[in-house]
Amino acid sequence: MELTTVWFLLIAVLWIGYFVLEGFDFGVGILLPVLSRDETDRKTVLATIGPVWDGNEVWLLVAGGATFAAFPEWYATLFSGFYLPLFLILVALILRGVAIEYRNKSDSTRGWDRTMFFGSLLPAFLWGVAFANIVRGVPLDARHEYTGTLFTLLNPYALLGGLATLVLFTLHGALFLALRTDGELRARAASLAVKLAVAALVVGGAFLALTQLTTGKPATWASAGLAAAGIAGALFATLRGRDGWAFTANALAIIAVTVTLFGNLWPNVMPALDPANSLTVANASSTPYTLTVMTWVAVIFTPIVLIYQGWTYWVFRRRLTRPVPEATPSQPTPPSTAPATGAV
Amino acid sequence: MDVLDLSRWQFGITTVYHFLFVPLTIGLSVLVAGLQTAWHRTGDPKYLRLTKFWGRLFLINFAMGVVTGIVQEFQFGMNWSDYSRFVGDVFGAPLAMEGLMAFFLESTFLGLWIFGWEKLPPKVHLATIWLAAIGTNMSAYFILAANSWMQHPVGYRLNPDTGRAELTDIWAVLTNSTTLATFPHVLFGAFITAGAFVAGVSAWQLLRKRHVELFRTSARMAMAVTVVASVGVAASGHWQAQIMTEQQPMKMAAAEALWEDETSAGFSVFAVGDVENGRNHINLQIPYGLSLLATNTLDGKVEGINDIQARYEKLYGPGDYTPVVGLAYWSFRLMIGFGVLAALLALGGLWLTRRGRVPANPWFHRIAIAGIALPFLANSLGWIFTEMGRQPWTVYGIMRTAAAVSPGVDVAEVAITLVGFTLLYAVLAAIEVRLLLKFIKIGPEQEPEAPAQTAAPALSY
Ligand code: HDD
Ligand code: HEM
Ligand code: HEM
Repeated sequence: MELTTVWFLLIAVLWIGYFVLEGFDFGVGILLPVLSRDETDRKTVLATIGPVWDGNEVWLLVAGGATFAAFPEWYATLFSGFYLPLFLILVALILRGVAIEYRNKSDSTRGWDRTMFFGSLLPAFLWGVAFANIVRGVPLDARHEYTGTLFTLLNPYALLGGLATLVLFTLHGALFLALRTDGELRARAASLAVKLAVAALVVGGAFLALTQLTTGKPATWASAGLAAAGIAGALFATLRGRDGWAFTANALAIIAVTVTLFGNLWPNVMPALDPANSLTVANASSTPYTLTVMTWVAVIFTPIVLIYQGWTYWVFRRRLTRPVPEATPSQPTPPSTAPATGAV
Repeated sequence: MDVLDLSRWQFGITTVYHFLFVPLTIGLSVLVAGLQTAWHRTGDPKYLRLTKFWGRLFLINFAMGVVTGIVQEFQFGMNWSDYSRFVGDVFGAPLAMEGLMAFFLESTFLGLWIFGWEKLPPKVHLATIWLAAIGTNMSAYFILAANSWMQHPVGYRLNPDTGRAELTDIWAVLTNSTTLATFPHVLFGAFITAGAFVAGVSAWQLLRKRHVELFRTSARMAMAVTVVASVGVAASGHWQAQIMTEQQPMKMAAAEALWEDETSAGFSVFAVGDVENGRNHINLQIPYGLSLLATNTLDGKVEGINDIQARYEKLYGPGDYTPVVGLAYWSFRLMIGFGVLAALLALGGLWLTRRGRVPANPWFHRIAIAGIALPFLANSLGWIFTEMGRQPWTVYGIMRTAAAVSPGVDVAEVAITLVGFTLLYAVLAAIEVRLLLKFIKIGPEQEPEAPAQTAAPALSY
């Protein structure tokens, strides 16, 4: 396989990691005000992602850094072209990062909850807008500079893409909460997940169908179909109370959606409306030497990262329950919700 | 103002801001890990309380370092797209390595550390804070390697067909002499920062006679760290100055407001210059100081601005190759000056708290609290010097800053993001300071009721 192909795949993998992992973080943030009934609920909801959100976000940073190293032209065109949407995403990510970390340390939590909501909603929507535009193609000149405006990016197809990722990530968050909490919170998350799954099937289905009809390749019909099957699977598993399977199925759906998008993209990385100006894996890439060096780094370190991040999820696998009021004296702090409050 | 100016302001503001949090994170991560190790070794609850107290302040700061870092990662593409196209091949590699090797490590293990007190065996839990600290320090290495390449490009060739820089030797990039000198300088600077912070906050508590024994311990520990790190920062700074004289003579000349070539050059302490005519009105000097700093000999020759300008015009064609001399001169001096003050303060503090003493006079405490600002100023000025002294180059000798900026981005867009980030950052700064103050006031948790000497320090924390 050519190194440029390897790196196209690796970058797809990094985005998959990002969407699967931060996808549920976004969902949890969006559902924070929706599913919580009281302060304990809110703390519990946030505690489900507390230990892992930053590690999840690093997938984005590495996707950015890896694009810079492997496809500098792609990095340059994408981020200077999608300037203002990216700015909004960055502001949102800043605000929600601060909200997660500072909420439980502040006296007034209301403002932070709202920040968390919007800071999660905006990127969950805008990443879909961005990727829809990437797949559909944007106006580029011969120097690969973006020549459109902000409004070029806000076309109906891209907005539908944004809506699709928004619903999909919210669903992902609901399934994650159903998996990681207990009692009423879990019941509410599960029942909302059912509705969200139906919505995801409709909106996501429409987006994928439109994608396949306009830019689709025969092979990606399979992954698009898998995406739909994943969401349907999540729906059925939730109805049967199989939270683990439901979450897994939806993670598969997110993987399949990303594979569909990247599959349609290949061998372009950023198609231009005038195909002569398109950025492809060939004309956007670094030299073979850089790609070789980076391949070694990726081959050695990606598995290590996967192992220790996986271990983190294992450590925090237990469901978070509401504290029992009559806690036994041997347990001065209820261990379950302690993460939200009692930690350093 | 055009896109170039606005983009430069934006990069300067967001990066200096990011670097307010970075050194404190680097230094405090190691100090907190050290405190937890002390607790683990001795079982003394004092160290546990200190670990938790400083750990909480560390986390408040860390969060800001993380969120401002996200902007850094994408800025090159947003505002400097021609730069990114030109150097991505070389420059992207250390950036990607930083993410994969360092950011994953620090973020994942810090999450485990924060939430793992009850879930992990004590030894494993101790390992998590060390791994996070190692990740933090590694990230500094890679990003400094990237920056050093812009100061002193190595291990690359210019492809005449594409006009782009191409990596030919990654090892040369990672062991760039500039990196090897900059890395210790930045790390020692970070330890001065953390030291002054811990000492200042401890002084705040001592002033109010709260937890005297506890904070005397942390104050002395911190002041010792500051003193040792100050020696390190001076030694590595000296090394950097020598490398700089060789690699970027113009920066050295500007730093010294040295207009003509000189042998046995003195180190200027105070100068009033006449930039138009390329000379100084007033110049107080330490004799031989500059030759010694720059070349290790008393009579070494140091090049002057006017001579280098003439030489560069021959080499690179007509143009202005002189950075803003006043800025380079004063930022260099003030960096050193603030650092020396911080070191003296720490030395004085160690003397006053020797053998169990706690100074009764409130003035020393107040000065120590104010002294927290010193290393932050020194760090910012150090970067302003390094980056502005490099102008007009963005990659020294091969790419000018004016050629680096994004051609497709317009003034309105950069203005929006410049104002947006600046306002957002100002608000965040206020929130962070308030939060730090709140937790400084709350102070450390009370002594655990049952002393911890019994059995292993597993506890139910
Ligand atoms: C000498 C050290 C140093 C320097 C010069 C920089 N940084 Fe930084 N950065 C760190 C040292 C650091 C750190 C100590 O590792 C931080 C600070 C606080 C933290 O959370 O990690 C960090 C955080 C941080 C993050 C967030 C990581 C996370 O989510 O865990 C990113 C993406 C960057 N940085 C990127 C950059 C870029 C692109 C820079 C160049 C313009 C830059 N930093 C300058
Ligand atoms: C965190 C520490 C850093 C600080 C405080 C800092 C500071 C600055 C400042 C003040 C400027 C504006 C200079 C001017 O416009 O005249 C600047 C420009 C720049 N710096 Fe840095 N810098 C830092 C690290 C880095 C690193 C690590 C890189 C690369 C990896 C970098 C790359 C650049 C670039 C591309 C510009 C814009 C072009 C230019 O104006 O020269 N900087 N920096
Ligand atoms: C005797 C004292 C010092 C000397 C001789 C010294 C020397 C230098 C030199 C020559 C540079 C420029 C390197 C270059 O552009 O290539 C530099 C940069 C810098 N200095 Fe210092 N310095 C001293 C003290 C300090 C202190 C106390 C701090 C902070 C606490 C500090 C923080 C920095 C930083 C952050 C930079 C920019 C990054 C870099 O290029 O390393 N310095 N210093």
